[in-house]
Amino acid sequence: MKTGVLRELAVLLRPKLLAARRRRGTKGRVGRLLVLVGIGATAWPFIYLVIARLLETLRGVEEIGPLLAARLLGLGLLLFLGILLLSNLIASLSSFFLARDLPTVRSAPVDWLSLYTARLLETTASSSWMVVLILVPVLAAFGRVYGGGLTFLAVVVVTMVPFLIIPAAIGSAVTLVLVRVFPARRSRDILAVTGLVAAALLVLVLRTLRPERLVNPETFRNLVDFLAVLEGPATPWLPSGWGADAVMGSLSGSFDPYHLLLLWSTAAASFVLGAAFHHRLYPTCFTKAQEGNENVLRRHVAWLWLERALGGFSIQRRELMVKDVRIFFRDPTQWSQLIILAVLVVVYVYNMRVLPLSTGTMITRYLVTLVVFLNLALTGFVLAAIAARFVFPMISLEGRTLWLLRSAPVDAGTLLGSKFRIGVVPLTSLALLLNGTTGILLGAPRGLFALNLLAIIGLGCAFTAQALAWGVLYPQFESENAAQIPTSLGGLLFMLGALITLGLVTFAQIWSLRGFLVSGLPGREPRPALPAELLLAAGLTAVLCLVATVIPYRMAVSRLAGIGRWSAGS
Amino acid sequence: MISLERLTKKYGDFTAVDSIDLEIGGSAIFGLLGPNGAGKTTTLRMIAGILEPDSGSARIAGHDIVREPMAARRALGFVPDRPFVYEKLTGAELLRFAAGLYGLAGPEVERRIDELLGLWDLLRWRDQLVESYSHGMRQKLIISSALIHQPEVLVIDEPMVGLDPRSARLLKDLLRSYADGGGTVLVSTHTLELAETLCDRLAVIDRGQVVAGGTMEDLRRAAATEDAGLEEVFLRITRGASDAEIDRVLEK
Repeated sequence: MKTGVLRELAVLLRPKLLAARRRRGTKGRVGRLLVLVGIGATAWPFIYLVIARLLETLRGVEEIGPLLAARLLGLGLLLFLGILLLSNLIASLSSFFLARDLPTVRSAPVDWLSLYTARLLETTASSSWMVVLILVPVLAAFGRVYGGGLTFLAVVVVTMVPFLIIPAAIGSAVTLVLVRVFPARRSRDILAVTGLVAAALLVLVLRTLRPERLVNPETFRNLVDFLAVLEGPATPWLPSGWGADAVMGSLSGSFDPYHLLLLWSTAAASFVLGAAFHHRLYPTCFTKAQEGNENVLRRHVAWLWLERALGGFSIQRRELMVKDVRIFFRDPTQWSQLIILAVLVVVYVYNMRVLPLSTGTMITRYLVTLVVFLNLALTGFVLAAIAARFVFPMISLEGRTLWLLRSAPVDAGTLLGSKFRIGVVPLTSLALLLNGTTGILLGAPRGLFALNLLAIIGLGCAFTAQALAWGVLYPQFESENAAQIPTSLGGLLFMLGALITLGLVTFAQIWSLRGFLVSGLPGREPRPALPAELLLAAGLTAVLCLVATVIPYRMAVSRLAGIGRWSAGS
Repeated sequence: MISLERLTKKYGDFTAVDSIDLEIGGSAIFGLLGPNGAGKTTTLRMIAGILEPDSGSARIAGHDIVREPMAARRALGFVPDRPFVYEKLTGAELLRFAAGLYGLAGPEVERRIDELLGLWDLLRWRDQLVESYSHGMRQKLIISSALIHQPEVLVIDEPMVGLDPRSARLLKDLLRSYADGGGTVLVSTHTLELAETLCDRLAVIDRGQVVAGGTMEDLRRAAATEDAGLEEVFLRITRGASDAEIDRVLEK
């Protein structure tokens, strides 16, 4: 690359690096760091221990153990490759076509190759950091179990660099072609939907493959069946296969530089082809990206129904709610995530259905009771995650349009109340459906079942209020992507608070019903839950959820009333 | 209709608006002028209830913006300097939503929506998402949303941004008719031609303070000139760059 291009590249990347550094330097830096360290300190050891345990088990399987480990790594890398490709497709739309600084950069005498390289690096970084963070404990587990030293570390680094560049270059090129055909905003919508449908299908395929059987070969009828599963679709033509072979080769002492050569030459070819595509198509595509969508929308009958259904509310409240629902369903980047959510719900219900609990023995009865509580905890977790994704960003999404609400006679209570209702109804309904269905499938005792449903309603209210409160305390008004908002410090703090609430509610129920639970153990006289125990559990649940709803809600209203959206002006 | 008394706003150690006093009566168009960073937008945002003043008071149609915020806002229509609106609503839906915020709905609102969109020649864009609107079209839509509830006071930050000459003329006529009908208009602008031809009275803000105010004649007297246009008056009052400074910058 010419010196001029390198200098330009440095100039183009400098604002991004400075912005990233200053983001770290703004308020909440210590809190953000603590949360990140906290998550790292729990997630990394968890991933590391699970993978290491799995690898140790596989290592004990003679002959086919290393084969299985290599297969596991190949599958993992294939999954990451798919994620990287989708994520690069969407990220490159923003960095190449929708970024706000593009008109300035495009009007400056910047060499096309510098612009392409700078945007490609930006796309790679924004799409890959999370995959890299997950890969660290995974590969560390491989290194420890198979005794990888410094050579292994070097091979991993040299393998991963082209592994990240390839999907970025391919993703950017595909995006370029897509924008050639569709307007940029429509392309983003199409990508968001197809990406999530693909991800949803991937989850379903992985679930139907039942990977847990691989660690328990006894479940297969014979060795032939087991090997048939093992022989499944291999990936000798994909970078994930080359990466897995290179890494496993360095661990097993049969390292072949051929795989690295394949990775690097493919990365170089992807970069060169991507650059050629960019040179040829980018000016036309950029022009096309400035076109708007043709979106003529008459007053649809569905909106009239919604308006009628909300007829009991004041005009102000009704309009606020209808507006939020309209915007949600017209923005595919928002609703498309419901697809993957639906798939996860199906997988969850399916897993509950196939749990081998219905044998009627004493131990099984005890287990059913435990699983009912586990079900509450898991449904609560799902509820918290959905609230983080859909309710937490609600205030931030008002962002630049907050002036309209602030200059109108709308008080903070009315605004927050509308958002609360819009959040709590679908959220709690979904959780009730999930918990109710699984409760019936598990054959939960009637008292416990009712208690679970009460907890879900309470948690639905608490999580909605808390998500709104953290959203008001840590708004991300400048963010254009709703999916990114929950990954902020406020989103993480919300999850932490929600999980503490969930833990307290679950603990209160277990403590109230401890007599009943202990009676299910072997050697004890089994008895049903006493009405007093159930009432105590219900009372504690209601009080905890009420406190966890009212306090954050009031805090949010008072804070929202004082939000100064504009910190400085002319 | 608008009354500011020792209105002050600070951002940390920086005083953006420094104890401003203004009295703007009904049936008038009042212009706020000043260099960039003078405190115009902050003043307007305090009047609109978006920012809370640190001290002093502001009254809209007799209602204090801090003590009676809802009554003050009900009397006000506000147009910000940057036309950010909900991209995923159509033009008609946005106006319906704006009317709803003031508790208005029904056939009268629908009629008014068509009337306002028709005025700006936006009727054929009525059912298109705002994301497909140009900058000028968004500005027209925001002006319409500020007028949907027929406010007593209109506060506009940079009204001409993005408007074509025909629409700019239309807006001038609209504001004149609005003021003649008893309304109060407060306009912040850098377009001196607009201020000179449209405003009944003017105030020049610099470094957060009102440095001159009154009619065009009053401003000329303050700038010690007799026949100068507003540009010259403005530059004298705000100490604009000298020819020597300009020459130095353009020197190659």
